[in-house]
Amino acid sequence: MKIHKFFAWLALAIGLIYFFVPLIAVFEFSLRMRRGVYSFDAYQSVFSDIQFRETFGFSMLMALLTIVFGMLLVVPTAYWVRLRVPQVRPLIEFITLMPLVIPAIVIVFGYLRLYNSSSWLPFTGSIQGTNALLVLSYMTLSLPYMYRSVDTAMRAIDVRTLTEAAEILGARWTTIMFRCIFPNVMSGVLSGAFITFAIVMGEFTMAALLNRPAFGPYLQLVGANKAYEPSALAIIAFAITWLSMGLLQLVSRFSKMAPSRP
Amino acid sequence: MSTASPSLIDRKTVVDWLGIAPFMIFALMFLIVPTLYLVSGAFFTPDGAFTFKNIGDLFQPSILSAYWISLRVSVASAIGGALIGFFLAWAIVLGGLPSWIRSGLLTFSGVASNFAGVPLAFAFLATLGRTGLVTILMRDWFGFNLYSTGFNILSFFGLTITYMFFQIPLMVLILTPALDGMKKEWREASEILGASTWQYWRMVALPILWPSLMGTTLLLFANAFGAIATAYALTGSSLNIVPILLYAQIRGDVLHNANLGYALALGMIVITGISNVVYILLRMRAERWQK
Repeated sequence: MKIHKFFAWLALAIGLIYFFVPLIAVFEFSLRMRRGVYSFDAYQSVFSDIQFRETFGFSMLMALLTIVFGMLLVVPTAYWVRLRVPQVRPLIEFITLMPLVIPAIVIVFGYLRLYNSSSWLPFTGSIQGTNALLVLSYMTLSLPYMYRSVDTAMRAIDVRTLTEAAEILGARWTTIMFRCIFPNVMSGVLSGAFITFAIVMGEFTMAALLNRPAFGPYLQLVGANKAYEPSALAIIAFAITWLSMGLLQLVSRFSKMAPSRP
Repeated sequence: MSTASPSLIDRKTVVDWLGIAPFMIFALMFLIVPTLYLVSGAFFTPDGAFTFKNIGDLFQPSILSAYWISLRVSVASAIGGALIGFFLAWAIVLGGLPSWIRSGLLTFSGVASNFAGVPLAFAFLATLGRTGLVTILMRDWFGFNLYSTGFNILSFFGLTITYMFFQIPLMVLILTPALDGMKKEWREASEILGASTWQYWRMVALPILWPSLMGTTLLLFANAFGAIATAYALTGSSLNIVPILLYAQIRGDVLHNANLGYALALGMIVITGISNVVYILLRMRAERWQK
């Protein structure tokens, strides 16, 4: 049994080297801006860059809008499918998985041809329209994750009984939706929200091709023009991903401890 | 309910379907129609006549070579990621490591599989670039000049290594449940029948696992094939992979034929589509054993 354990540790060591060496390297590189000594100059330079703040804020806003509108679309749909039209479940699930099959660059290519300023629905004709299209494209990208997490949370509650109970008590459908269903699938909503946040913050393709000043294209621009700032930005981006995923873990752990049953 | 009149049933059906209408409209407008538009555009000339010429034009050397590099990078990073990911998943499930290592690695995998795009390129440039940490340490400690061996991070090999950073954790995440599903009884039964560890793996474990293994490898392949941000930030446009070619085409019609651009997109959809369909089929096969 000893050799078996040795290989397990070996596999772990290889994995850890693969994961941590690039992170250590990029961190070390980000500290090298001042000659001869380690310093946080690169971070200072990043944080004082007005473009950093603007693009970061823009992407945050886009992520927030994506989460709000995505959930307003996904939660009622998942609810309705479970309650009234279970026969279309396979179809809906298939559609939600499509963004994993069709590369993002292909989807946005289609948008640019279909919704350009001379088309029947000129999304890209104005800045507001393009921003709306960007949010819609992020909703598409995060659809697999949002739907999956909400649907999983919905499996744990008895949608039918909850709805019937609420109807007997005279609740309107808005009350049922926002006071019964949403709070009960909150763990799913939050998991979906965190993963969406992580995806949107670093997304490059959609924002670059729609010409919006988001964080992803900014990262690329800095990478092409500066030496040490990209490493500092990589560390910041990694921290954002780590934070969203950490919160996701926390949420799923808490939801396991306190299952809500009608 | 059975006493309801036909018209009432109809009304209920209409309401039922209206409930999923917003989702369907969204999916049609922002997922299905844009894709179909490109797919159908691939079969027409700019003047609107039906043609297979665009598909035929894909087989010119510059486009073929883009597909070829893309395929090689995707296959290599998928297989490399699958191998290392498999051993890691094996180590945390069956290797007898402490349980905190398992939960730690799974959490980290969740993060690392989402850490792609532009920042990942920066991380590997700082590691294996010309002034990267590993490059410099190898030179200073062992007197070994990585770049004199012809290695370049802006190459097929460099891109493969970089992609594996998100491929390995994805494999770990998907394969861990599959390995958890391996029943202890199978192992015990084969040991009682006198099988060696090697025989158990070759004749019991791997035949059960191979649909999961193959399927996940295909998923990794599709994952790498559609990725653009990492490659673009890493190599600019010096490495001619399909997504970067398509990006350049969208930006400035480098192929001088809009409909050829559609065909390029169609080629990507076909490749990722096939690998995903096979993945789903293999997954259904794998789930038979995991009930």
